[in-house]
Amino acid sequence: MSKDDLLTKTLKDTVLTRRSFLKWSGVLGGTAALAGGGLKFGLKAIERATAQPAEKAIATGCAHNCGGRCQLITHVKDGVIVRISSDPSEDTLEAPALRACVRGHAYRRRVYYPTRLQYPLKRTGKRGEGKFERISWDDAISIAASQIQSVKDKYGNAAIHLVAGSAGGSQTLGIGTAARLLNLIGGYIDTYNNYSWACIQKATPYVYGTQTCGATRNDWLKSKYILMWGWNPAEMIDGTNTMWYVKQARLQGAKTVVIDPRLSMSAVGLADQWIPLYPGTDAALMSSMAYVIISENLHDQEFLDKYVVGFDDDHLPEGVLAGNSYKSYILGTKDGVPKTPQWAEAITGVPAETIVQLARDYAMLKPSVLYQGYGMQRRAYGESTVISGISLAVITGNVGIPGGWASGMAFEPVGPQGGGLSTGNNPVTYKVPRYKWPDLMYRATEMTPEEDGVVGLGPGEKHLPTNVKLLWQVAGQSMLNQHGDINFVASKLADESLVEFILVNEQFMTPSSKYADLILPACTWMETSGVTKNWKYGATFINMPKVIEPLYESKPDYEICAEIANKLGVEQDYTQGKTADDLVQDWVAVAQKADPNFPSYEEFASKGYYQWQFPDIHDSMADFRADPVANPLQTPSGKIELFSKTLWDMGKPDSIPAIGKYIPEWEGVSDPMRSKYPLLGLTHHYMRHSHSTEDNIDWNEEAWPQRAFINNLDAEARGIKDGDMVRVYNDRGEMILPARVTKRNMPGVIDIPSGGWWDPDQNGIDRHGAVNILTSLRVTPLAFGNPQGTFLVEVEKV
Amino acid sequence: MSSQLAFHVDLSSCTGCKACQMACIDKNDLELGQRWRRVYEFTGGDWVKMGNAYINSVFTYFTSVSCQHCEDPICVNVCPSGAMHKREDGIVLVDTQKCLGCRYCEWACPYGSPQYNPTLGKMGKCNFCYDLIDAGGKPACVEACPMRALDFGPLDEMVARYGDLRDPAPLPISSITHPSVIFTPHRNTYPAGSNEGQIANKEEV
Repeated sequence: MSKDDLLTKTLKDTVLTRRSFLKWSGVLGGTAALAGGGLKFGLKAIERATAQPAEKAIATGCAHNCGGRCQLITHVKDGVIVRISSDPSEDTLEAPALRACVRGHAYRRRVYYPTRLQYPLKRTGKRGEGKFERISWDDAISIAASQIQSVKDKYGNAAIHLVAGSAGGSQTLGIGTAARLLNLIGGYIDTYNNYSWACIQKATPYVYGTQTCGATRNDWLKSKYILMWGWNPAEMIDGTNTMWYVKQARLQGAKTVVIDPRLSMSAVGLADQWIPLYPGTDAALMSSMAYVIISENLHDQEFLDKYVVGFDDDHLPEGVLAGNSYKSYILGTKDGVPKTPQWAEAITGVPAETIVQLARDYAMLKPSVLYQGYGMQRRAYGESTVISGISLAVITGNVGIPGGWASGMAFEPVGPQGGGLSTGNNPVTYKVPRYKWPDLMYRATEMTPEEDGVVGLGPGEKHLPTNVKLLWQVAGQSMLNQHGDINFVASKLADESLVEFILVNEQFMTPSSKYADLILPACTWMETSGVTKNWKYGATFINMPKVIEPLYESKPDYEICAEIANKLGVEQDYTQGKTADDLVQDWVAVAQKADPNFPSYEEFASKGYYQWQFPDIHDSMADFRADPVANPLQTPSGKIELFSKTLWDMGKPDSIPAIGKYIPEWEGVSDPMRSKYPLLGLTHHYMRHSHSTEDNIDWNEEAWPQRAFINNLDAEARGIKDGDMVRVYNDRGEMILPARVTKRNMPGVIDIPSGGWWDPDQNGIDRHGAVNILTSLRVTPLAFGNPQGTFLVEVEKV
Repeated sequence: MSSQLAFHVDLSSCTGCKACQMACIDKNDLELGQRWRRVYEFTGGDWVKMGNAYINSVFTYFTSVSCQHCEDPICVNVCPSGAMHKREDGIVLVDTQKCLGCRYCEWACPYGSPQYNPTLGKMGKCNFCYDLIDAGGKPACVEACPMRALDFGPLDEMVARYGDLRDPAPLPISSITHPSVIFTPHRNTYPAGSNEGQIANKEEV
């Protein structure tokens, strides 16, 4: 162990007194002049100790379900966290420091926030009214167990639903702990897909046969042009340091362009150019770029001939008539509508000259990246938008080359994984699309595979056997706040003749917890041992030790579930005698097996994390590009399918076309409904919270207040001034909140940041900008995904 | 050799995320309303409809601002009690034992850096995390920045490395107090006093 490592370890693990600091500083003082920069780490650790005598620095992680997983260094004094500091490591291209964002730096405030739930709560008023009484843990566990048992006995396990939630953070917290328990007692009806990526995950494989069509981030350093399409890594944090890699690419000379209805933080801090367009018109802009590229002969015909099905009529699958290819659509040979820049200007609001320049830049400044953000696929026809974007990468031959980008889901190949608490196998085979879960409350028995995306029905089974009678939400708000059409979903939750029992594990009285019959207070990840891993680029394993004792009567979800398991007679199977610390050790053991360089647990805990990356640039499409015959894709043809026969055979060309097309949205830019609700809604991931987590924290509200962001021209037309209270409404609901008049939205676009906690007044009018009172419960045609980005509203001054 | 410490702020890669502001609040246990480091959004330009399209000249850039630790600190000059003082390394500090809470410094400072703490009845301000840097570390804000857009060091080194822009809009002109903060401009940066844009997030700063 080097001296630096030794210092770091010693200082992180030991309570230093001022006296011992002075001793250490003497040593360091003597060597600093010789050793140079490498000592920073050790010195940094020392100052932490001295700033607060008897203060201990404990490295942990920030495991919000944004796209990142970062390091937080907690400073603990007398069992209390007194400060959080940042990863002091030096940056390297392979392993940059895991610096947390504003959400991580506010976490101390969240842990000690005065409204933390302190003890189990049982509902006393009407459901949803928010009236509860304190009960003991013994009673709470008994009630939870007996309700689970009773619903299981009366209706069967398919009447139990574990509502999706992603805020647990580490393996001893969160939904996995409850899933394991339910699976041990016969299972529950689950959901498939997710709120983040339903359309992009579903659509990408129709073209590439896989979602793993991406490359490592260092590949961008070889790019000449990066088109950040609806992509805002600075705010949604698409992987810790992803925005830093974009910065590195710019330093290497890449030109970066952001396409977004809003001048996002990424457009400000990461881009050379911003091109605004109307929400939901991305595929029109993409198609017109293709028109420019094809008509100016900037496409890569050689690549298309060799690797691609369906670009032109000469390469259509057998049985498909000429006129149906991608090129025919773009040039308008069949429908008589060439997708010209002028055509797109009328739809998108982007000037035709800008489109021409954009198309030329993307096609000519090769290798180039078209990175698709996820907001534009959480829309009415998100699938076709995804395929339209991929099509541009394909026609320019940017697939599988250094500095290029295949677009679509673009996962990089999976690196080493840790172990973790297994959720086991769910004996209930039924699943519904995640965005359809509220239907389980009142029409499960009418839901079908065709209309509702139900899967897992047995032979001869036409419908699900029962409506859901017990809901359990652990560390999430999909039960209400983060789902669409809050007012409708709340009415179903409140109807006590439908769901008989609602159980919630939470840290705060969220709008969703208010609908619980029983709330079990869970502790935060600072209060129990755990471990977390990132999910996108490379592999970052972060140790999350217990930093402080659980506050009040709160407990880790793992312990809560073990106690319920005990009542249900499955405790031994549930815990297998393992503590949270044992689970961490198990997890690390698996990681060590997966990666021979994974350090010992002690070393891992000392640094606080272990970062693995592919040793060099790794592009999952490179093998296919090198030899498409030897390395065919997992598509029916083995090639890239710009035209998908599989989609064609579904026979729904208007909503599920076989090629990437622009499909005008319901409640979109051209919907006649705009005469009533003229403004196009937009909802972006706001810096103040990860989904809805931390919305209630005052530090965050001060830094990033929840506002209706309205364009200055739209505001002027309505007599609205900055700071005025405004009413934002459509047929589904209304909210009153302060307006922020901004030039950063395109005219006609109003932005209500996602994640605000629903706060209805006595008239049911939301007072805190919960955007989902405005969003629709419709699903997208192919993925049964959540089109929560597509909605229209009107705004008026109150 | 200059003994003045300085910050560097890279406006070209600042995304305005406020990790610096939050790290400062956490480090210094600041009450609501106290923002020793804060982030200004400077926005300008216009939207013009041309046929079906919108042409725009809209721009935004963010400016993270703390105490400028000026070479000629007006707060020190106006302080009647001698509480506001400058360390040998140029850090401007409040001696809260001496501070009367008269708020002259707050009134005088063109950057809004000294801030009155009503609970203590004293002034507070960015102290460059002198406790951390004295121990060889970095100020909390610098170490927190996810974009690595903040740096610090001796003023002459910062100038040598990053140039000498000290007064981008919406900051005041630097000739008043000779601030010790160096900026790398954003592509849209305008000089102090510019009317090309406005502070667009007044309630946040």
